[in-house]
Amino acid sequence: MRLTGEEQAMRAGEIGEPRRWAIEHQIAVGAFFDAADLVPVAQAHIMADTESLGEAGVRFLESLAAAPQAERRVRVPTLTDPRGLDVETYRRLGQSEAMRTLEARAIAALRAFGVLMTDTCINYQTIMPPVRGEHLAMGDTGVVIYSNSVFGARSNFEGGPSALAAALTGRTPRYGYHLDECRRATRRFRLTASPSDLSEWGALGGIVGRACGSYWEVPLIEGVAEILEGVPGSDALKHFGTALASYGSVALFHMPGITPEALGDSAEFADPAPPAEIIGRGDIDAFVASYGATGDKVDVVVFAAPQLSLVEMAAVADALDGRLVHAATTLLVATSPEIKHAADRMGLTARIESAGAIVAAGICFYQSYAGEMAEANGWRRLLTNSAKLVNIIGGYGYRPTLASLERCVDSAVAGRVV
Amino acid sequence: MPTLLRCHQGIGPAVTGTALVAKDNFSARYDLDRKAGVFSRPSHALAGQSYVGRILVLDQAKGGVATAWMLRDMAERGIVPLALIFNRVNPILAQGAAFAGVTMVDRFAGDVTDLIRTGDTLRVDPAAGSVEVLNRESGAVA
Repeated sequence: MRLTGEEQAMRAGEIGEPRRWAIEHQIAVGAFFDAADLVPVAQAHIMADTESLGEAGVRFLESLAAAPQAERRVRVPTLTDPRGLDVETYRRLGQSEAMRTLEARAIAALRAFGVLMTDTCINYQTIMPPVRGEHLAMGDTGVVIYSNSVFGARSNFEGGPSALAAALTGRTPRYGYHLDECRRATRRFRLTASPSDLSEWGALGGIVGRACGSYWEVPLIEGVAEILEGVPGSDALKHFGTALASYGSVALFHMPGITPEALGDSAEFADPAPPAEIIGRGDIDAFVASYGATGDKVDVVVFAAPQLSLVEMAAVADALDGRLVHAATTLLVATSPEIKHAADRMGLTARIESAGAIVAAGICFYQSYAGEMAEANGWRRLLTNSAKLVNIIGGYGYRPTLASLERCVDSAVAGRVV
Repeated sequence: MPTLLRCHQGIGPAVTGTALVAKDNFSARYDLDRKAGVFSRPSHALAGQSYVGRILVLDQAKGGVATAWMLRDMAERGIVPLALIFNRVNPILAQGAAFAGVTMVDRFAGDVTDLIRTGDTLRVDPAAGSVEVLNRESGAVA
């Protein structure tokens, strides 16, 4: 791998131990993917919740954060993905003091690097939207796929250690979606039915993701603009992209007439254009039905994964107005700290919580000790409008059901899946 | 001579151990009970089976970024696979293996979940880009 003089100095430890560790890590990963060099990045975004960090990860952060200030400060604006718990709500959710203590240690270490504690997986909606062609080191699959596809920016999935490394060196190995040749479509789909709500946009992402099944596949989805007679909104593409990334490990998609790099003809494909795989109403219905559980008692209804936009917060408040969540059911809404402040200011939080629901800030449920919460609260049947969440949460012992926001709220009020 | 399988240069130290093979994918967050050391996702082909100390042979890496941190924590607690072998990984598993010092290789000539069987004794050499199936003679049909 070609290294500049400054990169060689980092590797030699001349700019401190944190940057020496960072560039060694990047060289190991870059060599694995045959990267020719490192590319400067404009932002980094670190997934560092304590559930995935564990004690080992927190101790690692603390060890690097103990370096002198000049050696440990990040070189580019660096944001954080959601935390493991929200100090305002963790007791109500059955999370422990030990979790809070570990989280506090992680936050102290991240702050010592100069990281901006945004605690969000919707930073592209709320903090600093990417720019076309911008190289980034984004640390959440939903953030990466939205940044790459909707904005035309360039990022690989950067796990916590790699995003921290990018923050410390200001660059990342140039492989994968930093390269033109990896960004051309490899799979072709044609949509023939309009998703009816955000849960169905997620279902569509799940269908395409299952079909692709690899980080290195780039789906082109035709017919979307024609079917909608317009374009999907930011929240629709958010749910579509996060589900596509979750089910398929996919990091980039194209939609002709909608996303900036989709040319809409066979010139888009790396190889001769493959035949289009049709996705229709029956496919979407079957996907949703595969998680069906009508009549079952509902333990917990979750709006999260990704965190809710302000528009989604308003929709939850409208659906809950004047109603009460069933005594045996918990309804949890997770959003970013910025959107929580806005929702507080606009009275949305009060409207949601007066129905007996909980609004948490800076968490995203599945990254928040979901298994331990299930145990502490006796939760098993989970209802959500997030296709990403139904995909993830089975591994934590939940039985998930996918439904529209309105059906989720109706079920929360009834205490059973309606 | 044991059967020799060539792959791309990998990550981590050379190791020898027993294979656990499935035509399925892998995510530490989605698929594992990281306390009990078993596959916990009900729909996973290896559901209920222990992964501790085994050489996992699977198709692809999938899902979220958490595996990048989780492998190191799993390694420090001794509840970790001995090595990971895939047809093709995503960046997260490469980053996680590099961070944890866990042995990992991918990119074989052929489907590695066909080339290796559960119970095979393997020597994985990431630096050389090779996997030897020690219990089978070269030329043996997988």
